[in-house]
Amino acid sequence: MVSDYRIKGATGDWEVVVGLEVHAQVVSDAKLFSGAATAFGAEPNTQVSLVDAAMPGMLPVPNCECIRQAVRTGMALDAVINRWSRFDRKNYFYADLPQGYQISQLYHPLVGPGEVEILLDEKDENSVKQIGIERIHVEQDAGKLMHDQHPTMSYVDLNRSGVALMEIVSRPDMSSPAEAGAYLRKLRAILRYVGSCDGNMEEGSMRADVNVSVRRPGGELGTRTETKNVNSVRFVMAVIEHEARRQVDLIEEGGEVAQETRLYDPDKNVTRTLRSKEDAHDYRYFPDPDLLPLELDEAFIEECRASLPELPDDKRKRFEGLGITPYNASVLTAEVETARWFDALLDAGAEARQAANWVVAELFGALNRLGKTIVDAPVSPQQAAELLGLVADGTLSGSLAKQVFEIMLDTGDDAGKIVDERGLKQTSDTGEIDAKIDEILAANADKVEQYKAGKEALFGFFVGQTMKAMAGKANPQMVNERLRAKLN
Amino acid sequence: MSELTSKTIAELREGFRAGDHSAREIAEAFNAAVVAGRSLNAYTVETPELALAAADAADAARAAGELKPLSGIPLGIKDLFATEGTDSTAGSNILKGFKPTYESRVSANLKAAGAGMLGKLNMDEFAMGSSNETSAYGPVISPWRRNDGWNAALTPGGSSGGSAAAVAAGLAPGVTGTDTGGSIRQPAAFTGISGIKPTYGRCSRWGIVSFASSLDQAGPMARTVLDCAIMLEAMAGFDPRDATSLNLPVPQWEAGLSSDLRGKKVGIPKEYRIDGVPAEINAIWDQGIEWLKDAGAEVVEISLPHTKYALPTYYIIAPAEASSNLARYDGVRYGLRETGVKTLDDMYAATRSAGFGAEVKRRVMIGTYVLSAGYYDAYFTKAQKVRTLIKRDFAQAFAGCDLILTPTAPSAAFGLQEKTADPIAMYLNDVFAVPASLAGLPAMSVPGGLDSQGLPLGLHLIGRELDEQGVLNAGLAIEERAGFTARPEKWW
Repeated sequence: MVSDYRIKGATGDWEVVVGLEVHAQVVSDAKLFSGAATAFGAEPNTQVSLVDAAMPGMLPVPNCECIRQAVRTGMALDAVINRWSRFDRKNYFYADLPQGYQISQLYHPLVGPGEVEILLDEKDENSVKQIGIERIHVEQDAGKLMHDQHPTMSYVDLNRSGVALMEIVSRPDMSSPAEAGAYLRKLRAILRYVGSCDGNMEEGSMRADVNVSVRRPGGELGTRTETKNVNSVRFVMAVIEHEARRQVDLIEEGGEVAQETRLYDPDKNVTRTLRSKEDAHDYRYFPDPDLLPLELDEAFIEECRASLPELPDDKRKRFEGLGITPYNASVLTAEVETARWFDALLDAGAEARQAANWVVAELFGALNRLGKTIVDAPVSPQQAAELLGLVADGTLSGSLAKQVFEIMLDTGDDAGKIVDERGLKQTSDTGEIDAKIDEILAANADKVEQYKAGKEALFGFFVGQTMKAMAGKANPQMVNERLRAKLN
Repeated sequence: MSELTSKTIAELREGFRAGDHSAREIAEAFNAAVVAGRSLNAYTVETPELALAAADAADAARAAGELKPLSGIPLGIKDLFATEGTDSTAGSNILKGFKPTYESRVSANLKAAGAGMLGKLNMDEFAMGSSNETSAYGPVISPWRRNDGWNAALTPGGSSGGSAAAVAAGLAPGVTGTDTGGSIRQPAAFTGISGIKPTYGRCSRWGIVSFASSLDQAGPMARTVLDCAIMLEAMAGFDPRDATSLNLPVPQWEAGLSSDLRGKKVGIPKEYRIDGVPAEINAIWDQGIEWLKDAGAEVVEISLPHTKYALPTYYIIAPAEASSNLARYDGVRYGLRETGVKTLDDMYAATRSAGFGAEVKRRVMIGTYVLSAGYYDAYFTKAQKVRTLIKRDFAQAFAGCDLILTPTAPSAAFGLQEKTADPIAMYLNDVFAVPASLAGLPAMSVPGGLDSQGLPLGLHLIGRELDEQGVLNAGLAIEERAGFTARPEKWW
């Protein structure tokens, strides 16, 4: 599928070319090369080992769990897993980098080419596009400088120093902000399904370097800029939009796009130069002599593969196979917690189609209203399955089900208990319904006359009156049938 | 030299176990020798209290019948090893006053084996040097003097110069050294003692200040081959905190010592006969060949064709790694920090300018250069390839022999400042030592004899990977036949 996103310039249309380098913090109790803990939000410098602080004579030792998570991620992206990879040092001086180098993988990354399938339109299954993954490598995060602690000095917090990151490098396959947004959301979903990254962009556990260039549609690639450390899907899309516009304006005014690193200012929604190509560091990458090459054996690879959960695309297709609409299937699989919750609902015996409609309409509505997420939903999948079962077997009407659900949200009680205790069960007793109908018709003889004279809209009035008289518990279908029989 | 300080580790151990002398008596004797030997500048820190504490523990252990392999033996520790609570500065101003909160694995192993610590030993700054003249604490003066009557101050070699001088002068019965490109073997040769660099990975590098990670190896230096075997057995062992550590059991080298070399083939590499080497060096080499034959070995000529590239290869790889390893000395977290500057970059520049000496700066610059964009392939990648060829040379040679015998160094000890103006001449000191370092092979220097100036010359044995036993055994065979009993006359 070809994007029709264009930037309108004074001299014609322009196309944008986007590649993303996503830094995803690996879910692991310990850092990439030290035993130190990785908890977010801890007091400064409390999660720092001698290795992380680069004390003299300290050495890195790879953390197998971090490698495992990156391999599983590669597998989930259908990527080549390199049995032999190696760590390189990227050398530069900065106060947040205690070793004076970052251990990364330039020459021989752990994961090679793969791909991510995105849907350009959630409601259109045919709007798929493949975004190529060039590589995934693992590397250390740096510490954090704090400039607001002292009037003349900066402090450094090394808690994050040495935490494992996966750098997931896409090919320049995206050609609109929307595609980049869809890619990021999909990538985030996959990482969260796999459990290799929590995808929490606010806490910085996922951030993107955004590479943008513009060209005439189908023309030669232009010079790209790289905007570093963008930390939300919305900002990534804003950067692309802004940067493409800036580049087009620049070119059309006779200027040239400089290959440079830029920073995004979300408050002003602009990007600005961080450093130009001339000022680019010479990182002097070379193989880290403290570490041996990383060699993966088949048993390890197999264990990684066996531990992979069902991934979003497979799950979506399975849901669709159960009769769930593509839109609902897409919504239900976008977040791993929702998908897990829904799977538990199915496991508890709910009918798929009805359950999907109920979750998307009723449950999401209630959660929105309560400001809760699926993880802290006040109703369990088992409780929801019971409720849906009562609707399916005719015990509850749709409106009664809504009432019962509200009570469940309030009290946490099971649906069956609520129905029993409050007598909310729907009545299909024709004798009782007939008796009420007779009362209503007798009390509203004038309206019966009008109805018979042709004012058929009054039918609804009779239904409403009957339901009211039955305190909402009458089977609506039955009420309709009996009313029609008596009036006609 | 008192009676105790002239003894070997094995002799001290035997006497201590037999009750001839207490550990405290041993420690006191060496503590006194350390003080009396201050003019040699071998120690940067003296820790007599630590030696005594370990000695008292050893005496108590003996009373309780719980002896450990090195109970009662006080040792000197090279300043490159982190020692908990004791200054560990790698001979550099940039780490002046740095007291680690941790103990290097090797020194911890020695302490766990019952050894005490006499103090920290002087060394070339960050182990970069072959004469101990690059130390921030000033040069170590060798206890040896030429017999020409001039009493010129000579180098004990380097970088483990303080270590070598301490053993030769009786300021320690044994010491730790580290060897990146000859830093155990060359000073051992210059001072008439023995020293072994084991196979790369035998001794954990954890807690040893890194110079060139792919080459650095710790090893013992002592009076005899037996003492080296005893110490190495205590120092070596797998360490999960060092990713390059070998996960293998430590052989019983002491128990395995045998000078019977029947059935062994000793290779003599023709490429090690190089121009400009004094005749006395080649003479002692030929003498070594005869001794090994006498011990039952068969001698064969071998070829190590890439030998001449070893030194230039080493002087690309070692500085490259060092330039990166030394980046952590930036004034931010520990050690020296120059203040009164405006920016972070200025602080780095000021701190590192003030903290590093000339030779360290030279190597950091060389290393930075060979890793730079545009030069990386021509220098670093090329050097890595040559390193592979050098390893292959040895692998092919060892298909036809069990051991290799060469001289340790191309000269006897030289005078202080004789070579400081010419780095290349200084680097040439390690021409025979560097190939084994690049190949990660076990190698040892043992004394062969004295030259016409009365200075010790060393013989160098290189073994197959993991064959420290073969190296030690051949060393023992030479030791028994050389009868090297010469000691420097005490003048300090």
